[in-house]
Amino acid sequence: MKKRFGKRDFILIAVLLAAAFVIWLLISRTKFAKGASAVVTVDGDVYGTYPLSQNQEIPIMKDEKRTNILVIKNGKADITEADCPDRLCVHQKPISMTNETIVCLPNKVVVSIEGSTESGIDSIAK
Amino acid sequence: MRNKRIAFLGAFLALALICSYVESLIPFYFGIPGVKLGLANIVVVIMLYTAGAKEAVCISTLRILLSGFLFGNMFSILYSLAGGLLSFFVMYAVKRTKKFGIIPISVCGGISHNIGQLSVAVLVVENYRIYSYLPVLLFAGILTGFLIGVAAQEVIFRIHKTM
Ligand SMILES: [Zn+2]
Repeated sequence: MKKRFGKRDFILIAVLLAAAFVIWLLISRTKFAKGASAVVTVDGDVYGTYPLSQNQEIPIMKDEKRTNILVIKNGKADITEADCPDRLCVHQKPISMTNETIVCLPNKVVVSIEGSTESGIDSIAK
Repeated sequence: MRNKRIAFLGAFLALALICSYVESLIPFYFGIPGVKLGLANIVVVIMLYTAGAKEAVCISTLRILLSGFLFGNMFSILYSLAGGLLSFFVMYAVKRTKKFGIIPISVCGGISHNIGQLSVAVLVVENYRIYSYLPVLLFAGILTGFLIGVAAQEVIFRIHKTM
């Protein structure tokens, strides 16, 4: 072992950085747009779609038990209460932009933001 | 010689466990519950160059199971196993090409560690949408992999000098 950091090493890291940057660009193209509604999935199935324009409180039930509470307020969706042990979903910031998500892993609950109505239909179909 | 080797591996396992413990204390949050930085990867990198691949993957798996029982839960074991094993195999494969140094190998390990974790998260919640965290996790993997690579390289050079 001689050289600590060769030209090849530099190139590989530069390529990986460039790839990460391209992926970031591709994904952020769909982000940074104000979302229209919050979609809740439980176990991968759509539980409900709620417009962000309407302030409301949605209890998320699973097996007759309330697992999480989703609150929509001032155009933002937030999980304010949960029965999961880590409560990490509660600590996540409110979301309002398309493709943003709040994940509760123990309960397998995902809240994600959908865009305007036209894109909302085809993304549910996926 | 055999005893010395066992003591050596024990020390590595202890070091890896300390890394996991430190990591469990850091309130670092990537947006997906349970996703970790992967600090214990430093021990895998060092072992790949000093103890051997088989030893590295053994200690890494043991570390994941032990730290999962000590500081985590079922999910953290799943995450860590996916991240740890994927990053081990990627680093091993890149190392075998004999074309790259320790730092880029560690960077590859950091990236694949996070891809492994994210894939488990996608499988658990059955929602592909959380792949939107991929860019953040890629950048984080590159950065931690780089820092781990720099540190591991210093350790590896010193171990080789004394051996
Ligand atoms: Zn939760």
